[in-house]
Amino acid sequence: MTDIAADQPAVTEADGPQIMSWDSGVRRAMTIYVPLTVFVLVLLFPFYWMAITAFKPNGELMNYKDNNPFWINHPTFANINKLLFETDYGHWLTTTMGIAFGSTFLSLFASVLAAYAIQRLRFKGSEYVGLAIYAAYLVPPSILFIPLAQVVYQLGLFDTPYALILTYPTFLVPFCTWLLIGYFKSIPYELEECALIDGATRLQILRRITLPLAVPGLISAGIFAFTLSWNEFIYALAFISSTEKKTVPVAVLTELVQGDVYHWGSLMTGALLGSLPVAIFYMFFVEYYVSSLTGAVKE
Amino acid sequence: MATVSIRTVRKAFGSTEVLHGVNVEVADGEFVILVGPSGCGKSTLLRMIAGLENISRGEIAIGGRVVNNVPPKERDIAMVFQNYALYPHMTVRDNMAFSLLLAKAPKNVIDEKVGRAADILGLAPYLERFPRQLSGGQRQRVAMGRAIVRDPQVFLFDEPLSNLDAKLRVAMRAEIKDLHQRLKTTTVYVTHDQIEAMTMADKIVVMNSGNVEQFGAPLELYDRPANLFVAGFIGSPAMNFIRGRIEGGAFRSGSVSLPLPATAPASHTGDVVYGIRPEHLRLDPNGVGATVLVTEPTGSETQVIMQLGDAVMHTETRMIGAFRERISHRPGETLHVASDPTLAHLFDVTTGARLS
Repeated sequence: MTDIAADQPAVTEADGPQIMSWDSGVRRAMTIYVPLTVFVLVLLFPFYWMAITAFKPNGELMNYKDNNPFWINHPTFANINKLLFETDYGHWLTTTMGIAFGSTFLSLFASVLAAYAIQRLRFKGSEYVGLAIYAAYLVPPSILFIPLAQVVYQLGLFDTPYALILTYPTFLVPFCTWLLIGYFKSIPYELEECALIDGATRLQILRRITLPLAVPGLISAGIFAFTLSWNEFIYALAFISSTEKKTVPVAVLTELVQGDVYHWGSLMTGALLGSLPVAIFYMFFVEYYVSSLTGAVKE
Repeated sequence: MATVSIRTVRKAFGSTEVLHGVNVEVADGEFVILVGPSGCGKSTLLRMIAGLENISRGEIAIGGRVVNNVPPKERDIAMVFQNYALYPHMTVRDNMAFSLLLAKAPKNVIDEKVGRAADILGLAPYLERFPRQLSGGQRQRVAMGRAIVRDPQVFLFDEPLSNLDAKLRVAMRAEIKDLHQRLKTTTVYVTHDQIEAMTMADKIVVMNSGNVEQFGAPLELYDRPANLFVAGFIGSPAMNFIRGRIEGGAFRSGSVSLPLPATAPASHTGDVVYGIRPEHLRLDPNGVGATVLVTEPTGSETQVIMQLGDAVMHTETRMIGAFRERISHRPGETLHVASDPTLAHLFDVTTGARLS
C-alpha cells in the first residue's frame, strides 16, 4: 500500500475533495480488497494443493529440493489412473451420491412438516418440541454413533447404505428444521390466513403458498443437508465395512492409506473429485442460498 | 348476501379480555364500519367474523347460521387484508382465480368470473402481471378482485386503505363505496379513520377498549353522540369540550356563560361537559370574547385555535373554531364567537353519558 501512497502528489489545501477520494480509495483497498484477497487465497490454497498434488509424479512429491513444491514439472495422469481404474472410486462416488440424496430428501421432507407445524400450527407445547429437536442436534455424533450402531445392527442395516440414509437425518433434521422455521417466519402470516378464507386446507396452503415462497430456504437447507451428508465421516466409518460400499471420505482414507504408505497423489485426486459435486451444487444455487440467509419474502 | 349478527361476543387472550360482550346487527346488504382507536378490538372482532380467531363467548351468525364452530372457508366470506396479502408468486389472474380453483370450479367459469371482476376493477390489462409489478392502488384492487370473484355473502375489509397515500385513499374510498352500491353485498369494514367511516358507512360501530360505544348511522353519531368518547372521536376537527356547571338555565365555566340546548335538563348535580363542534361556532359581535392563539386558513374555511373568555390558562377553555369567513385576526387579538344552542351537546362529567 505504501507505493500507492507514494504515487500521490503532495496535497495542498485546495485539494480538499481529492484528499477525500484518495483517502477513500486507499481505505477501500485496505478494508475490502486486501482482506478479501488474503481470505480467498487462504481458502483456495487447499484446492490448489490438491490439484497440483493430483498431477505430480511420486518422485516430485517427495523431493522439494530439486522441485518447486508449488508447481508441477512433469505432470502425470498416473494418480488419476490408479484412483479410477485400480480402486472402486466410481462405486464410492455413486454410493455417496445416493446416500446424500436419500438422506437429504428424507430430512427435508421431515423438516418441512416439523418446521411448518412448529412455526404455524402453534400447537400446545410446540416451543418445547422445537427446543427438543434442537437439543438432539447438540449431542455430538462421536458419542451418538455407539448407541446408533446398536440400533443399526438390530435392524439388520449394518453395512448397507440404508444405515447411513437413516442415521444422517439425526443431525440433518434438527438443522434443516431450524433453518426452515426461520424461513417460514419471514413469510407473512396473512397470506396463509387469506388462503384459509379462500378455502384452502393446511396441506394445500403448505403446498401452494408456503413452499413455493420458501424455495430459497428449501434450497439452502437442501445444500446444507447434502454437504453435511456428503462429507460425513464417523457414521460412514462405523456402519460400513465392505470396501465397495464405502463413501468417498471414508474410502479415500481407508483404501488409499495402506499401512503407513500414503498414496498422496491418488488421495488428493480422490479428495478433489469428491469435493467437485458439492462445489457444483453451490455454484448453481448460490443466489438462493444467499437470499435465504439474508432476505425475507417480498411482494 | 346475508345478515351478520354479533351477540354478546367476548374474546379473551389468556386471562386478558379484549372484547367485553359486543352486540351488533348488520342488515342484509348493509355497509357497516367498525371504527375506534388502535387496540379497541375492532380488528379482533372482524377476525372473529372471518373465523381467524375463535369466539370465547357469545355467538356470531352469518345469514342466520351460527358460525362459531364453522371454519373460515365454509363461512362464505371474503376478506381484504391491510397489506393486501396477495400471493407474491402468482400472477394477478392466478391470485383472483385461487379460491375458485380450490373450489374446483370449471375453467370457463373461472375465466368468466375473473374476467368480470377485472373489468369492474379496471384490472384487465394487468392480469398476467405479478403483484410486485403493480402500484399500491392496483394491488388494493387485486385484493378486492379476489374477494369479488367469490361472490361471497359478506365482504370483510381490514383497514384496506391505510397503506395508501392520502390522495389515493380518497379515490379508493369512493371506489369501494361505488363497488358496494353496485354489488350490494353485506360488508363489514374496519378502520381507525373516522372520516373513512363517516363517508363510506351505512352504519358505524364506534368501539373503545373492547366495548361498543355507539352503533348508528354516520350523521346520527355526528348529531347525537351518545357519550363523550363518540363526541370526541367523530368529527374533524374534534368537538370542543368545556367543563363547568349548569346554573340558572345556562352553562357556566368560570366567567364564561353559554346558552343551553333546548333539550338539556334545567339542573344537574355535579359538573357537566359542554360540547360544541368547531363548525358550529359562529362569529357574533355579541358573543363571548376569545383570544386568538393560532389561525389556520385552509381556503374553504379558517380554523382558529382560541382561548375562551378572560380566564387564566385552563386547557378546558381552549377551543377550535372553524369558520367559513376569512379571518384576519392576529394572535392575541380578540374574536367574538357564539355557539348555536340547538347544536350544542351536554355530557355528564363522570359517566360521560349524554344529558340532553
